[in-house]
Amino acid sequence: MKELINTLSEAFEVTDVVSPRPALTFVTTPKELAISLVTHLRDYEGFSHFVMMSCVDWIEDGKFQLLYLLHNPETKTDLGVKTFIDRENAEMTSAHHLWKQVWTYQRELKEAFGIDFPGSPRVDENFVVEGWTEMPHMRRDFDTKEYSENTYFPRPGRETNDPATYMRKKLYPNEPITAKKQDNDK
Amino acid sequence: MINKFLGFEPDKDRLPSATAKIGDDIDLSSHKYQKIWLGPNHPGVTGNMAIELWVQGNTVVKAKTHVGYLHRGFEKLIERRLFVQGFPTSIRMCVAEPDTNEYLIATCTEQLSGYDKAVPEMAKWLRMLSLEMARLQGLLRGVPGQGGTFALGLGVQWGVYLRDLILDRFEELTGARVYHMYIIPGGVRGLLPDGFKERMEDNLRDIDDFIIRIRKLMFHNSVFKKRAKGLAIITPEMVDKYGIVGTNARGCGVKRDVRKDDPYLHYDKLDFDPPTGTEGDIYTRTWVRWQELIQTVDLIRQIMAKMPEKGDIKAQMPNVLHWKIPKGETYVRLESGRGEYGMYYVTDGTEKPRRVNLRGPSYTHAIALLEDLLVGADIADVHAIMVSLQTCPPEIER
Repeated sequence: MKELINTLSEAFEVTDVVSPRPALTFVTTPKELAISLVTHLRDYEGFSHFVMMSCVDWIEDGKFQLLYLLHNPETKTDLGVKTFIDRENAEMTSAHHLWKQVWTYQRELKEAFGIDFPGSPRVDENFVVEGWTEMPHMRRDFDTKEYSENTYFPRPGRETNDPATYMRKKLYPNEPITAKKQDNDK
Repeated sequence: MINKFLGFEPDKDRLPSATAKIGDDIDLSSHKYQKIWLGPNHPGVTGNMAIELWVQGNTVVKAKTHVGYLHRGFEKLIERRLFVQGFPTSIRMCVAEPDTNEYLIATCTEQLSGYDKAVPEMAKWLRMLSLEMARLQGLLRGVPGQGGTFALGLGVQWGVYLRDLILDRFEELTGARVYHMYIIPGGVRGLLPDGFKERMEDNLRDIDDFIIRIRKLMFHNSVFKKRAKGLAIITPEMVDKYGIVGTNARGCGVKRDVRKDDPYLHYDKLDFDPPTGTEGDIYTRTWVRWQELIQTVDLIRQIMAKMPEKGDIKAQMPNVLHWKIPKGETYVRLESGRGEYGMYYVTDGTEKPRRVNLRGPSYTHAIALLEDLLVGADIADVHAIMVSLQTCPPEIER
């Protein structure tokens, strides 16, 4: 894997190489080179199995982190290619031409995070939330609690507990709940 | 009375072409095509999923999978909760084999917090036992369930009864029948109860008998053979192209099994060879799963024979209510009954995960693959094709 990373570093400006396990490595590459790198890995390095595509919202940095996770069935290794894109007007080059299932991931990311993949099939179709008019629901700033409080009516006769506070009271009844802990629960 | 239509084969050349392009060029007003919906409540459709079909006569010319009927925002909910609070939510991401979610989320948190080496040996064997029991109960429903899609309902009744016996063992071991919450960070929740192995062996003997009976019922049945053979063929070339995993890949000869390729727990200490087929059709996929049923029974016997009698079952872990995991990310996978099942887990140094993303096999099998396999199929075979891919809608819409 080290040899492969050295090869990729020069051509694809690979940085931030992290290996949580010997068979799993994550690398970061600029947005412009990400699809070229993924294509190279598929066509020349044996990473033929597309495991998944994911997104992490680093709202504090104003960035979305896209992940293309690939698997090499011969060497039994995984390589995660990460790239960062701006949260505002988020857009990424489509990779639907590389594997048949990629368009589904891109369609979901468009709906859940608001990232556009121009040219990707059915990218504007609803995936799991039909008729959704709020902000994309997987963004960090979408507050599920606030949304449900504003959308649904309270059910009389039912008590609602904050899960963390409830568990703390149940497991450690004698431990006082400080203001700090209550803040952490929120 | 002799059916005068017996053996009648329509001359499809006289009908308008059934190979219309997949696109928006299907003109319903031409009266050559009709649009119908299968699901979300169709009894043949797995769970709450719908398929929008464009048909010409009885032949499907275009299909679209629709999910979302079960969306409960599990991934988002887990991001808003403490690490340990993610467990009861995560297991609901796949009802068919909930234990796989327990293992994934426990292993992700252990790896990122550096406790993965601390998991006791005994706990690893017990984790493996619960995962194989989950596979077994899934196969007891899945193998005869394929026969059920061709109106062989009897096998389903046998299978569901035996599955209930395995759920009895789960209840003994974990206190719950479907959602067990048995695998937790650092180990498992309990040891085997007294007499568990004997009662499990009794159940396995019943399942041995069932395996022989279901073989005669399904694989010697001319209707099942005639309808399942040559239907919805997956070729080896399609495996990487679509990301096909599990028995769907092994059914066409591509031998991929996470338990062998990237052994976790103590799978490297077990003697087994994943079964494969060559034809890649529904018949072969079901046959491979039938062989996997035999193998799973054998694996449970091997685990019970090889596991230690006593030992620690849980590592000393931090107080879960104040547990912070350093910033990091990982991907953990296992071989579920439906194929590679994985979780991408990101932490940011706080008491809650930053991102949890499940990779379920159905995400590929039930959308990109299913939509393409259905083109050219008969309406009566749609649910059989869907079931043959072992679709599980909750893992698509998380």
